[in-house]
Amino acid sequence: MDKKIVVETQDLTKRYDGTTVVNNLNLHVPENEVFGLLGPNGAGKTTTILMLMGLTEPASGSARVFGFNSTREPLKVKRLTGYLPERLGFYDGLTARQNLRFIAWLNNMTDDEANSQIDQVLEEVGLTEVADTAVGKYSRGMKQRLGIADVLVKKPRLAILDEPTAGLDPEGINQILDLIAGLPKMETTVVMCSHRLYEVQRICHSIAILAKGKLVVEGALDTLGREALAEGRYKIEVETDGASPQLVEIIGKISGVKNVEAEGNFLHITADSDLRAAISKVVVNSGVALIQMKIQEFSLDDIYKKYFKEG
Amino acid sequence: MITIIRKELADYFTSIRCFILFLLVFIASVVALYAVHQGIRDVSTQSGFIFTGLFTTGTNIPSLITFIALLVPVIGIALGFDAINSERSNGTLNRILSQPIYRDSVINGKFLAGMVTLFIMILTAMLLVGGYGLRMIGVPPGAEEIIRLFIYFISVIIYGAFWMGLAVLFSILFRSLAISLLCPLAIWILLGNPVFNPYISFIAPAMTSSVGTYLALLRISPYFLFSESTAALLDPMFRGLGILTVSDTTGMLYRPLSLAQSLILVWPQLTALICLTVICFAVSYVVFMRQEIRST
Repeated sequence: MDKKIVVETQDLTKRYDGTTVVNNLNLHVPENEVFGLLGPNGAGKTTTILMLMGLTEPASGSARVFGFNSTREPLKVKRLTGYLPERLGFYDGLTARQNLRFIAWLNNMTDDEANSQIDQVLEEVGLTEVADTAVGKYSRGMKQRLGIADVLVKKPRLAILDEPTAGLDPEGINQILDLIAGLPKMETTVVMCSHRLYEVQRICHSIAILAKGKLVVEGALDTLGREALAEGRYKIEVETDGASPQLVEIIGKISGVKNVEAEGNFLHITADSDLRAAISKVVVNSGVALIQMKIQEFSLDDIYKKYFKEG
Repeated sequence: MITIIRKELADYFTSIRCFILFLLVFIASVVALYAVHQGIRDVSTQSGFIFTGLFTTGTNIPSLITFIALLVPVIGIALGFDAINSERSNGTLNRILSQPIYRDSVINGKFLAGMVTLFIMILTAMLLVGGYGLRMIGVPPGAEEIIRLFIYFISVIIYGAFWMGLAVLFSILFRSLAISLLCPLAIWILLGNPVFNPYISFIAPAMTSSVGTYLALLRISPYFLFSESTAALLDPMFRGLGILTVSDTTGMLYRPLSLAQSLILVWPQLTALICLTVICFAVSYVVFMRQEIRST
């Protein structure tokens, strides 16, 4: 992976009244990816984000976004970054369009640029019909959508989203997740916090898990999944119409296969790499019918559980 | 910053709060006009300053300057007490601060928008009384009177800026709207209200028996500073601030002071008012810059 790193923290530490909220955190977010920041409540995710945005000063260490130091050059960081806070608020007396226009103006956009951009993002989040209604009348979910629009209106290179799907209905969640998943193609890197693991699993490329301010693990999602399930190995499950001890032996001899266990008609194979092609060939050659074969899917739940058991 | 001023002004002008304040100012102007109507004939014509009399006349019914001294702090507090903490509790503060703007432009913008509103209100009141009064008495103002009124106007704005700065400071310090409203109001009741002022009437006299110290103590009150400068600015016959002994007044010519002399008389008061405003603003500024922006 030689992707450019856009967000980097070095020994980032934050203390509030003597308690260390973020402890020597080293994060690396690759460019044009969706990066998931996970962790239980109070793990320091929001504080980390605030430090990335330059809204809070770290006690020690530093955060860099696109190479700019978040503490010393916050304006440069803020120009490139859109932030969706966990608890978002709008001016209730203004319409969605007016709220967005204010943000666009603060980003020095011209009126024409702002108007076309506002129309586009309202369309994307599905608020076009209520664009001229006062935000005070919005439901929680509509405000959440407006929050996403608010981040996108400034065309950020990096979008930091704290619980982007909170308060949305299932359909809305899908819509917003699709929207977020599409951002890397438009050259926007996404860092998102979420407690819903399946959402993270669905759209994130890499994740980091925090606990008590410390980084538990960081890396690409598929690598982590294998590590969680099989200590970095592939687990392959084969169903045949009649497994014999010989077959187990033959499969065990394939280079890269670490372990084979038979259980009725099922064979559980642990391997160093994805050996499905080689295994199927051996099975068929041995005269046994291959009914199905699958590589075991991990879920983020497994990853999460594993690291919290260890931690 | 222009964007923030623009937005804040739009907010102010569409708010019920401002409508009520404008209404108050309007009522005050009308009552003051009535006071002028009743009492303008008693104004000493000796000094030749009749036009300024439009603003200072009032015996039973308060004059415009009394109303302004009463209303301006209230307007300042009403405009500023929720400047920062309402944004914070609405969750809009961290949204604005995550945009590429300097943090200070948020307070600057809000403060300037409040000043523009105050400016318009006071100008309205003065033009109303001045204009209608002109029709009533038919004596046009002299150049010096216009300059005096202008300086008075500036000092009103500074006085309002002080109260708004104070209210903004409390809105930064406290998250609760009730506290940030009550604190400046309490200070106003204690030190700044012209009707019944416990500080001037009871506390300061109780603290000292010396007249000099008493005056110095009184000048802690921004209202006292403001009223002294108003009196000297609008009434050229006003001779001295503080205590004049018989030896001071013997041989004194009963003639109006020139503008420059009046200005010299109130210069310390005006400077002190400006200082108070700057201090309020500077403290707000420092506190706000260091404050943590947590969403909750």
